Amino acid sequence: MSDGQEALREPWDSLRRQREAASFGTWLFLGSEALLFGGLMMAFTVNRVLHGDAFAAAGHETNVVYGTVNTLVLLSSSLTMAIGAEAARAELRKPTLIGLSLTILFALTFLVIKGFEWRDDFREGLFPGPGFKLQEPATEIFFAFYWVMTGLHGLHVTAGIAVITWFTWQAWNGKRALRSPAFEAAALYWHLVDIVWVFLYPLLYLGGRA
Amino acid sequence: MSDIAAEGPIPGDAQPHQGLRGGPSYLTAEHGLAAWFLTTDHKRIALLYAAALTVFFFIGGAGAVAIRMELFTPQADLLSADGYNRMFTLHGTVMVWFFLVPSIPNTFGNFLLPLMIGARDLAFPRLNLFSWYLFVGAGALLVYALVAGGVDTGWTFYTPFSTAYSQSYVMAAALAVVLVGFSSIATGVNFIATVHMLRAPGMTWFRLPLLVWALYGTSLVIVLATPVLTLVLLLIVAERAFGLPIFDPAYGGDPLLFQHLFWFYSHPAVYIMILPAFGVVSELVTCFSRRQVFGYTFMVYAILWIAVVGFLVWGHHMFVSGQSLFANIVFSFLSFIIAVPSAIKVFNWTFTLYRGQITFDAPMLYALGFIGLFTLGGLTGLFLASVPIDVHVTDTYFVVAHFHFIMVGGTVSAFYGGLHFWWPKITGRMYPDVWARFAAVLMFFGFCFTFFPQFIMGFLGMPRRYQVYPPEFQIWHVLSSSGAVLLAGAYLLPMGYLAWSLIWGERAEEDPWKATGLEWRTSSPPPRDNFRTMPAVDTGPYLYHPDEEGPRHDRPQAHQNQGRET
Repeated sequence: MSDGQEALREPWDSLRRQREAASFGTWLFLGSEALLFGGLMMAFTVNRVLHGDAFAAAGHETNVVYGTVNTLVLLSSSLTMAIGAEAARAELRKPTLIGLSLTILFALTFLVIKGFEWRDDFREGLFPGPGFKLQEPATEIFFAFYWVMTGLHGLHVTAGIAVITWFTWQAWNGKRALRSPAFEAAALYWHLVDIVWVFLYPLLYLGGRA
Repeated sequence: MSDIAAEGPIPGDAQPHQGLRGGPSYLTAEHGLAAWFLTTDHKRIALLYAAALTVFFFIGGAGAVAIRMELFTPQADLLSADGYNRMFTLHGTVMVWFFLVPSIPNTFGNFLLPLMIGARDLAFPRLNLFSWYLFVGAGALLVYALVAGGVDTGWTFYTPFSTAYSQSYVMAAALAVVLVGFSSIATGVNFIATVHMLRAPGMTWFRLPLLVWALYGTSLVIVLATPVLTLVLLLIVAERAFGLPIFDPAYGGDPLLFQHLFWFYSHPAVYIMILPAFGVVSELVTCFSRRQVFGYTFMVYAILWIAVVGFLVWGHHMFVSGQSLFANIVFSFLSFIIAVPSAIKVFNWTFTLYRGQITFDAPMLYALGFIGLFTLGGLTGLFLASVPIDVHVTDTYFVVAHFHFIMVGGTVSAFYGGLHFWWPKITGRMYPDVWARFAAVLMFFGFCFTFFPQFIMGFLGMPRRYQVYPPEFQIWHVLSSSGAVLLAGAYLLPMGYLAWSLIWGERAEEDPWKATGLEWRTSSPPPRDNFRTMPAVDTGPYLYHPDEEGPRHDRPQAHQNQGRET
């Protein structure tokens, strides 16, 4: 076991304290993110109450197969991320690299599937504007939220991929000590991205099918 | 109880050189551009922020100058109607997000928070630097929007005007505000983590100076409110850029929903702007009346009360927007509730003065001015919180005067007061005190001449955001514009003599005001690592006279420093 000094940064005296701070700071950031998506879901809910029937009709048009497969993919990525972060903490190099790499792979898979879904939606005329598929005006509001929510979530997935790839690369060539608190912080962020999807999935895909 | 720090030379230190205690000062420790622009030293980052904020203060100020010049006469003289809209939008957007919100937290907060709690730096020094670059990037984007043609929506970006009708650079401005929000959140997270994790040994929560408490409360509000602004501006961008009809009434969308989300951030933002000022004024009042702050624990609870209840009053911006009467009454009631902690603070500052040994140094003059102006601003806030009066004065100059009393009379006065108080610590130089007192008094009167007439004309019915008005209001506008000249002088004057002091000013002592806080237990300016040795704390703050004993009146009394060296 190394003493972890190479992971210690200013202004900390001990790695334990630094790890607590990294985790605490990340939690604060997640609180902020929760209000970002919370506000968005609140706005969605208000419109759903105002236009119940239109939202049910529009929700029926989303592609539930893609949505469900993506949910499974993203949940799996959270598992591999947890494995990677715990392995890093225990300074097990190989499981760390495998866990993180699988996470990146799952995340990319998520984006690819999402891309196919967006393409299909676009072709079906589910992007608000001229030639929109449904008649009821408020269905366009549903799909406005659909594109904003999945788009914003997709941006978070992309940011997560960038961060995890960077840390994995650093861990792989030894530039970042495995005891660095960064892996746990990245994992916390990744779980948030996952949890947000767990809320978006029923709101967007299951609402019109109840 | 050790008083070593205040006693001057360290035993065994043959030639105590102020600038070298604990190493060279942070200003001279490293040289070169990279040592500034890639620094992770919270003190240098505070100066970077100060420089950027000064630039934006001038840009926002230029907008104010254009507005006040145009309003000198009832006709349109200088600006087209559209040009006038762009000017007040520029003024509001720049002043709110690029000056007031970051003003005290990112300059004094950055500089002082670690010093006051006895830490070497903030919890995440590189995040701190990153937040400055975000701020500058956001500023550049905003300047682009302004130079390219400006924005005409007002700083509130109300839909459907901002989404469907405005022909100006709304998207660039909205994205600039989104970016500056990220910068705010990064600072907020950093401050909260620092206060939780890096307090010196013995610095318990109820021994924290009130400025630290105020910054802590502010940071909580920043972290939890700003993302909602980010969201609502992203929705505007989505609607403008991609035609997604989120708020479009033609599809059944709800513009009122925009206002709810916007004010869910923007009312707490008022407390983001004023809470740090409360903290600064608490430090000043207690120091210059040589008196323990009255009701320390209540001051703390008042800060937290404001931070929490500040989230529950946003609906009072929408009394005439079509909100239900029931919601109006609830929001009105909650707005009265939040006046209570503000009143507690005003009363406690006043009681701190009572039987104190008051000296009228420049920082104290600013603080006293703050108390008066904030009280007026706060009381008129109660007028606006009552639905019937608000219906009468909605969108008039009464509202403009009210929030300028809070944000300009309050926050900017406190900012200048803090600048004079901590200037010796930040730069190691003393400024000419006579000039400083003159500037403080000038600022108070200039402010009153500018904004008090606006209460009157607002109550008489002068609406805000119009450049052409009936001639009977001209007298008030002329008063206001003339006062603005004084106020501008009072803002520029300190920039002159403070700059002068950098070269010709007397060298500052370690503790020129005989204050109690940890930031005065190190050299002026402090070394890179802040302290010679890390301090430890055994007492609460503000022991300007012995605990459990009233202040003396027959002679000046010694204060007890909060920290000691380990």
